Amino acid sequence: MGQSVKRTFAVFVEDKPGVLNRVASLFRRRNYNIDSLNVGTTHEPGVSRMTIVCDADTDKARRIEANLYKMVNVLWVDDITHKQTIDRVLALIKVNCSREQRDEILKICDVYRARAIDMSPERITIEITGPRDKVEGLVSVLKPFGILELVQTGTVAMTRGAEKHDLAHPTVPASRNDAA
Amino acid sequence: MTPANPKLENRIGESLSGAQIIWESLVREGVEVCFGYPGGAIMPAYDAMIQYPIHHVLTRHEQGASHMADGYARASGQVGVCIATSGPGATNLITGIATAMLDSIPMVCITGQVPSALIGSDAFQETDITGCTIPVTKHNYLVTKPEQIAPTIREAFYIARSGRPGPVVVDITKDAQQQSCVFDWNDDEIELPGYRPDYAPLSEQLEEAVALIKAAKRPILFSGHGILKSQATETLIEFVEKTNIPVACTLLGLGGFPATHPRNLGMMGMHGETWVNKAIQDADLIIAAGMRFDDRVTGNLKTYAQNAKKIHIELDPAEINKNVQVDVPIVGDVGEVLADLMPHVEQCDRSAWLSYIDEIKGDSAVRDIKNLPDLGKLYAAHVIHDIYRFTEGKALVVTDVGQHQMWEAQYYKHDYPRKLLTSGGLGTMGFALPAGIGAKFAQPGDSVWVICGDGGFQMTQAELSTCAQEGIKVNVAIINNGFLGMVRQWQEFFFGGRYVATPLLSPDFVKIAEAHGLTGLRVESRSEVEEAVRKAEATDGTVIIDFRVEQEDSVYPMVPAGANLHDMIERPPPGNQEHNPIFETGEDE
Repeated sequence: MGQSVKRTFAVFVEDKPGVLNRVASLFRRRNYNIDSLNVGTTHEPGVSRMTIVCDADTDKARRIEANLYKMVNVLWVDDITHKQTIDRVLALIKVNCSREQRDEILKICDVYRARAIDMSPERITIEITGPRDKVEGLVSVLKPFGILELVQTGTVAMTRGAEKHDLAHPTVPASRNDAA
Repeated sequence: MTPANPKLENRIGESLSGAQIIWESLVREGVEVCFGYPGGAIMPAYDAMIQYPIHHVLTRHEQGASHMADGYARASGQVGVCIATSGPGATNLITGIATAMLDSIPMVCITGQVPSALIGSDAFQETDITGCTIPVTKHNYLVTKPEQIAPTIREAFYIARSGRPGPVVVDITKDAQQQSCVFDWNDDEIELPGYRPDYAPLSEQLEEAVALIKAAKRPILFSGHGILKSQATETLIEFVEKTNIPVACTLLGLGGFPATHPRNLGMMGMHGETWVNKAIQDADLIIAAGMRFDDRVTGNLKTYAQNAKKIHIELDPAEINKNVQVDVPIVGDVGEVLADLMPHVEQCDRSAWLSYIDEIKGDSAVRDIKNLPDLGKLYAAHVIHDIYRFTEGKALVVTDVGQHQMWEAQYYKHDYPRKLLTSGGLGTMGFALPAGIGAKFAQPGDSVWVICGDGGFQMTQAELSTCAQEGIKVNVAIINNGFLGMVRQWQEFFFGGRYVATPLLSPDFVKIAEAHGLTGLRVESRSEVEEAVRKAEATDGTVIIDFRVEQEDSVYPMVPAGANLHDMIERPPPGNQEHNPIFETGEDE
C-alpha cells in the first residue's frame, strides 16, 4: 500500500470534445481528489497532454492509471512521481507597492528570478515560473506588502531525458513479494 | 465480422438519410430485435425503420426498453439494443444503463437529440445525455453529422462487446438523421489507438499461481460472472475435476459452474451458505476466477479470508487490489488463463479438506427450511424449490431484487450458464419483468420464469401490456408477502422492528393479469404450487401467479453488512420460529 504522497501523472489524450470532462468525471466518481489539472495541446496533431497532480498511495496510483486506461480517448498514462522531472507552475501576483517599496520588491523578484510585468504608482504585477514551492515562497514573502490578486496555473511536468511515449497497456500489477 | 444478412440490399455507395444509415448499420451488426419508444427527436429514425428487417418492441417506459435490451444481451451473449428519444426518453433509459454498466452487459443505446443548431439552448426535450451518462457507460458519443453515423455505430458495438463489456450510448441529432450522405461501410479492423481491451497473462504470474495451487492444502475456487462472459464453463469443469478444488459461486456466477456438480459448494457472501463462507474463512488458497470481491461477498475486509493466499484472475486490471489485496494477480481472459494453467496443475487428493467442509455443512443443512416440517404455511423457499423441481431445473429464470432474489439463488439450482439473469451489481428493482421479456426474445425456445416480489413487480408492471401486444409468453411468479421484504427484514434485525414504509398494499394481481387479457392464478398453500406451475407451463401466453407467502419470513443465513463473513445469522432451529433478537448494526451498507 505505502504512504499517500502527491503524485504526478502525465496523461496523453485524444484532442476531442468532452475528454477533459470524462477524465475529471472519473476522478470525481472514484473519489480521487485532484490537486491540480493542466491540459494543453502537444506537438503531435490531435494529441493533448494533461498533467494531473493528486494524493495517492502506490496501490491507488496504479488503479488511477488502470482506470484512466479504460477510457477510450486516453492514449498513454505515465506516473512520473518518482522519475527525474521538471515541474513548473506559473503565477501572476498583483501586490500593493508604494514608490518607496519598489526597490525592495524588485530585489525580492531578483532573488526568486521573478519579473515585474506591470506597474502603476500604487501597485506592481509580478510573473514567476518555477516549482510550486518556489512560487509559494515568493507569495509568502510578498504577503506583508498586501497581495491584491493572485492567479496561478496547475503544475505542468516533463521527464528529463528522452522518453518514448508508446501506446501501452497499463502496468499489470505485480505479485506480492512473498507470493509463492 | 458483419454477418451477411440476406434480407439486406447492398446500398453501399448510395445516398441515404442518416435515419436509414442507423438501421443499415444496426442490421450489419447483426441486430434483429430492438426495444424502444418513439418521440420527436428520434422520429426520422423510426420512420426509416420499416424498410429494414428489424423487429421493434414497443415498451411502456424507456426503463423497460433498457432492461429488455439488457435481458436480451444476458440471455444471448449478443449486444442488446434499445432506442429512445431525447430528453425524458433518454433519461428514462439511465437506470437500465447503470444496471448494465455494473454487471458488464454489452448494450448499445441509440437516443435522438435535438437538432444540432439547438444544442445548448434548453430546447424542448433537450438533455445533455452524453454528459449524464459518462459515469454509467463504457463510452458514449454525440453524433451531429450523417457521415459519422455508420463508423460511430460500428465503434459502439465493438466497444460494447469487447474486453470487459458494457453499455455504449450513441446520441444522434435530429438533423443528422434527416440529412443524407453517401453510405459507406467496411469491415476493416477498428482502429482505436487508446482502447486496449485484451490482455495476455504474464508467464511468471502463471508459474506463481501453479506453485500456490500445488502447495495448497485447503484451496477454494470462486466462480464469478467472468466465467459466463468468457464462456469458460467447460474449461472450469475440467480444471476443477483435475484439481479437485471445491467451488463457491458469486450471485452473478451462478450457472457458470453446474450447481449439482459434486464440487460445487453453493453461493458465497451475505446470503451465501454458511459452510461456503466458513470454508472461505478457513481456506489457505483462494483462486478468484472472474469476480471482483464485491462488498456483498466479502463482509468485513479486515477479517476476510486472512489465512488464504489469493490468486485473482481478472480481465480488468483496475479491479486488482481494489477491495482485497491479492498475492498473484493474473490479468487476462479467465477461460484462457484456466486453459494455460491446466497442463501444469495436478490431480490431487483433497479428501481431508472436502470432508471437513461436509462436516460443517451438516449442522446448517438441518436448519434449511426445505427440511422443516410442513406446518401448512407457504414459504417462499418452498415455492422456488418447487418451481425448480417442476421445471426440471431447465427454466431461464430472471429475478428482481430483494428476498425472493436471494431465495431463488439458494433454491433454484442452475446447472447451465445464462439461465439466471439478475441485477447483481446495481440491485435494480423493476428489472425482472422487462429483462425477462428481453430474454424471451433472445431464447424463444426457453421457458422463461420471471420471479419477483410484490414491490419490484409493481415498479415495471406496465410492461405486461408489452407481453400482451407482442403475444409473448413469460411466466411471472410474484412472491407476494405484502412487504418490501428485504427492507422489512433489515428493519426487523437492525432497526428495532420498526416497519417504516415497508407494508405494501398491492392490487389484485389475478385481475391485473385478466385486465391485460392474460392468465392470473393465485396460490395460498403449498399443495397448490405444483398445479399452478404446471398450468403456467402449459398455458399459451403470459401467466401471472400470485404466491401469497409467509409475510415475515427472512432470508437466512445472513452476514450483516460490514460484519465478519463467519458471523452469520442463521435460521432459528426447528421448533423455535420466534423472531430474531435485534442485532447490532454493523457498518452500514
